[in-house]
Amino acid sequence: MNKIFALAGVVIKELYRRKDFYVLFVLTALLTLAAAAMNFFHDEKIVRYVKDICLLLIWVSALLVAIVTTARQIPAEREARTIFPLLAKPVSRGQVIVGKFLGCWLATGVALAVFYFFFAIITGSREHIWPLAVYLQALWMQWAMLAIVIAMVLLGSIYFAAPSSTVTICFIAVAGILGLGTHLHVIALQQPEPMQTILTAVYFTMPHLEWYDLRDFVVYDMGLVSWPGFALATLYAAVWTGIFLLLAWLGFRRKNLTT
Amino acid sequence: MSSAILQTEKLRVEYRSRELRQPVKVALCGLDLEVRAGEIFGFLGPNGAGKTTMMNVLLGFVPPTSGAARLFGIDVRQPIARQRIGYLPELTYYYKFLTAEELLRFYAKIFGLARAEADKRIEQLLKLVELEAAAKRPIKSYSKGMQQRIGIAQSLINNPDLLILDEPTSGLDPLGRMKVREIIQRLKHEGKTVFFSSHELGEVETICDRVAIIHQGELKAVGTVADISTGHENLEKAFLRIVGFQSTTP
Repeated sequence: MNKIFALAGVVIKELYRRKDFYVLFVLTALLTLAAAAMNFFHDEKIVRYVKDICLLLIWVSALLVAIVTTARQIPAEREARTIFPLLAKPVSRGQVIVGKFLGCWLATGVALAVFYFFFAIITGSREHIWPLAVYLQALWMQWAMLAIVIAMVLLGSIYFAAPSSTVTICFIAVAGILGLGTHLHVIALQQPEPMQTILTAVYFTMPHLEWYDLRDFVVYDMGLVSWPGFALATLYAAVWTGIFLLLAWLGFRRKNLTT
Repeated sequence: MSSAILQTEKLRVEYRSRELRQPVKVALCGLDLEVRAGEIFGFLGPNGAGKTTMMNVLLGFVPPTSGAARLFGIDVRQPIARQRIGYLPELTYYYKFLTAEELLRFYAKIFGLARAEADKRIEQLLKLVELEAAAKRPIKSYSKGMQQRIGIAQSLINNPDLLILDEPTSGLDPLGRMKVREIIQRLKHEGKTVFFSSHELGEVETICDRVAIIHQGELKAVGTVADISTGHENLEKAFLRIVGFQSTTP
């Protein structure tokens, strides 16, 4: 386990030193300003609209950071050839995959926590309500969803040589699932065969990332998600993450790496 | 006789092209080799002979197509086989955003060294490669020579029993070469085993206990420099004769 944490530590250090996090902080500052402007209008609908936009920005920026950071991990190691002195040590390729995943996931988690912290402070100071449990649930669910996305991107980065291909394909896949995931089985019913069967099969076999979107719970004060549902969603994310990591390991373990 | 630290048996490596109708390239063909504990072993061959492939197999980067390769009696495909080895690549491939101290600490963690042991080892190695003053600077700010030295330090972080060096003196200035030679000699005195590939035949002749010559994926000769050379020829002449080089100049 120490080896995995050591690998994750290097990922986080790299991210920190490449100044990717600074971009996030600038974005956070902009979000804060947007949220702070809410009370200028004294209109509940506008306040909710602005909160919705803020949360959407958090979603998009967290997804961008997760996908872009993860996509370059293994290809960058191969391109810079740092993979060779690393794999010449007693570390398995499976540990490298898990270490990279953990580093990216933890780094994204820190970014998310900062975002939600700013969001909670500003909205709380303006509206004088502190639905911390709702925020924590929303944060955790988003982070769990990002675990699936990061594992999926790692898998992509094993098979696609260029990080840009991985980023594009994964971003389209994630946006597609988030946008169409809920409605896909309904769309399927309106299609002729064999499209109906294909779309239904896709609906039941794809990871349902849209289930992790609790923005409406935060914006419209809908209260908490039931705890059993919350636990099941966490388990579902763990299973999908495990599947993607397993596939990534299977692809990486037999790959010829020539100096 | 000393025990074998590094061993290959009928080792064969083939590279298959992704393109159809491209012939399979045989990089290593039935290689039988043994490196014994405590010796300095030079692995020689012209460009494209299969030296790098051999290194890649020993370090687990490329799996053998058939045959076996073992380090300390353990199959090279097992990560634990690399617990007691140090590897110095030909060029510097390190995380440039880390400082020398961070890089060494990272590798120490990978080897499972305890914190106190790692601290002591890092201090010793930084002193050995004369990088104490630059220990807290990112590697990207280092000169080429300094990067080579941090490479040497990382290869010794686990106090390895076997050191695998891929053309360790290539691209180094005379001072850097001397430093590498000194380190190899010091390791020999400590009873360590060194396996290295090189094109510097004069250097190999001076420091190696035994050498192997590989050509077109096949082992052509193995033994002491005296065994390989005939009459009064030096290693360079013996090497050229073994690989079938015909000089066109009188």
